[in-house]
Amino acid sequence: MVKNIMIVGVGGQGSLLASRIVGNAAMAQGYDVKVSEVHGMSQRGGSVVTYVRYGDKVHSPVIGRGEADIIISFEQLEAARWLSFLKKDGVLITSTQKIMPMPVITGSTQYPDELISQIKEKNIKVVAIDALSKAEKAGSIKAVNVVLIGAMTHYSNFSKQQLLDALKTSVPQKLLSVNLNAFESGYECEQTL
Amino acid sequence: MAKTIMLGNQAVAQGLYESGCVLVSSYPGTPSTEITEFAAKYDEIYAEWAPNEKVALEVALGGAIAGGRTFCAMKHVGLNVAADPLFITSYTGINGGMIIAVADDPGMHSSQNEQDSRHYAAAAKLPMIEPSDSGECLNFVKIAYEMSEKYDTPFILRLSTRVSHSQSIVETSPRQEIALKDYEKNPQKYVMMPANAKLRHVVVEERLDKLVEWTDNGCPFNKVEYNSKKIGIVTSGISYDYAKEVFGEDASYFKLGMVYPLPEKALVEFASQVERVIVIEELDDIFETHLKKLGIKTDGKNLLPKISEFSHELIREKLLGIKAEFSELDQTLPNRPPVMCPGCPHRGLFYTLKKMKLTVSGDIGCYTLGAVPPLGAIDTTLCMGASVSALHGFDKVRNNPKNTVAVIGDSTFMHSGITGLCNITYNQGISTVLILDNSITGMTGHQQNPTTGLTLKNQPVTPISIEKICEGAGVSPEHIRVCDPADPKQLEKVIKEEIDSDVPSVIIVRRPCALLKKVPKDTYYIINPDTCRSCRACMSIACPAISMTGSKPTIDTSLCIGCGLCKNMCRFDSITQVVR
Repeated sequence: MVKNIMIVGVGGQGSLLASRIVGNAAMAQGYDVKVSEVHGMSQRGGSVVTYVRYGDKVHSPVIGRGEADIIISFEQLEAARWLSFLKKDGVLITSTQKIMPMPVITGSTQYPDELISQIKEKNIKVVAIDALSKAEKAGSIKAVNVVLIGAMTHYSNFSKQQLLDALKTSVPQKLLSVNLNAFESGYECEQTL
Repeated sequence: MAKTIMLGNQAVAQGLYESGCVLVSSYPGTPSTEITEFAAKYDEIYAEWAPNEKVALEVALGGAIAGGRTFCAMKHVGLNVAADPLFITSYTGINGGMIIAVADDPGMHSSQNEQDSRHYAAAAKLPMIEPSDSGECLNFVKIAYEMSEKYDTPFILRLSTRVSHSQSIVETSPRQEIALKDYEKNPQKYVMMPANAKLRHVVVEERLDKLVEWTDNGCPFNKVEYNSKKIGIVTSGISYDYAKEVFGEDASYFKLGMVYPLPEKALVEFASQVERVIVIEELDDIFETHLKKLGIKTDGKNLLPKISEFSHELIREKLLGIKAEFSELDQTLPNRPPVMCPGCPHRGLFYTLKKMKLTVSGDIGCYTLGAVPPLGAIDTTLCMGASVSALHGFDKVRNNPKNTVAVIGDSTFMHSGITGLCNITYNQGISTVLILDNSITGMTGHQQNPTTGLTLKNQPVTPISIEKICEGAGVSPEHIRVCDPADPKQLEKVIKEEIDSDVPSVIIVRRPCALLKKVPKDTYYIINPDTCRSCRACMSIACPAISMTGSKPTIDTSLCIGCGLCKNMCRFDSITQVVR
């Protein structure tokens, strides 16, 4: 059985670190792992997606529509954009942050209203977290990724300790305490499905 | 043996290390860049950024002739730049082993075209291998060095975005030190003038025959897996992974790890064993055409697209007719195209160029984003260096209209802008070239270049002066100007003066990339809603941190890095700086 986790957001938000933590956790449990990343132009503020797959044997490094067990999203509009990749009964864990894309900034279109309610109306399990505030409280707005990983713990087949161990091997020592705080605040936060 | 998870590109670098590679020379290009960055971490490997791919390949060839195992990496369009030495390596052969990595970008995640570099192998008559995952990236490199020396030819290592930028598990081993091979003067082999080259062409053809024979007898790159014989899939690289995901044990596979030359006898044998052959290959129909030439009846591009990258979802739908099931929102969502980062120094320049209504000859780099609305300031973007040379052609044909400029980054100027500038001065052009010096190679993720004062291994060196190059190329010193794009008024004045002049000119638009650590980010700006008149002048610069909230613009302080360009736009003094 292969587990599929997608990490989506806006280029520059730190999705690569999040995928590394999950990938390291999976490898430490003895799973076969593939992680597919996007580098280059999309990292300049575009919509970015990272795929993490683990299980006994993983062939394709990407995830198709209707296949993701978990989608972790750094931003509301991106959660909506990649929603089609979630499988039936999958879980969407999203930060409530909104980052305006250029077509909205220029006024050629509007940022959609009530995205999270709209997603919930589709009978999709959604965990919505103000990860930006939590990251800021933990010591750095850049730790949004780790807040979300903390929140994901409850829906993954990893234990808290397994993910913490992977976190320790994935971040530099000097940033560890901020990231441990961020992980805890995500782990502890109210889980409203 | 240690197990670890690695990016495909990192695994290539690990393969170089384990094989005793001594020299790496490359020019950055997505998705190939990280190979060279990882290779540079090993003290045993001399690694450098060359100014362009042609130089890099020639450096690697020189090193191989000298008897060491060498390597160069580039993206697919980089191989076009390096095509001249590529074809010659086939004739001269090597001495120490040599591998040339080329990373294709099906789906154009970060490229200006979608070419299939497998054509180069056939055209240059060089063997080409293609791994499917990180483990193969490492192992193929190690085998390729041995075969490179055995057959006296460079091997081309073909990668694609999904192999280069996917991580999977690899087993690493210690480095094997390889003694340099003796160098002996041998002009018949290494001096490619007609008399010698005629003899070497014979060697090329004989070598190719031997390689074909080898592909049918024990070539370790190819793999045949017999399962169900109802379908036989011929595939390579990432497409193999997608095929396995979809068909599993319900098909047999001929996995081509060596994509040129092809194992003709083995393919005919495979086809005879299965009921139906399907070729699964991204981009062009190279395998399919070859199979048909061998008389094999096969499906391929009649069912699968020639455009963009594949996925297992696409293969499942196209070959099995099974469509993905999913739910999505009922509304069309706004796109999120890539944009210049908050604080990007290019923003002030393109705002100015748009305001001046100039025709802008663009180039390859982050500043290509100056073409995107609402700035939309760029007229053409062709290939590396073409901004300068194509502007000369444009100005000649339209008889120097004095409303045109070229824009080119510092690294791209070093790559292939200099020759275009020489052409302008030599041929009495009067064009105005803007060199966007942001102190780094930006789009590919911050690589050093000859103008930055640091090497790939972070050794300090004297930076090459762009001013002096331009002067040496024949631009008179009073027409080599330096401007700060954070001061759009002064920039506009200087651009106006130089496009009005009757001589060639260069304006160096200089400010470091906002993502560099040395650029301070300890302040941000806020808009006072009480004094803001909602004139939207601050929004004309297309900063992703500024958007409308209700009837007034606001600044997202989590994105703002405090460049202050918006403050320069505001006529009502409503934007103020705050210290973090």
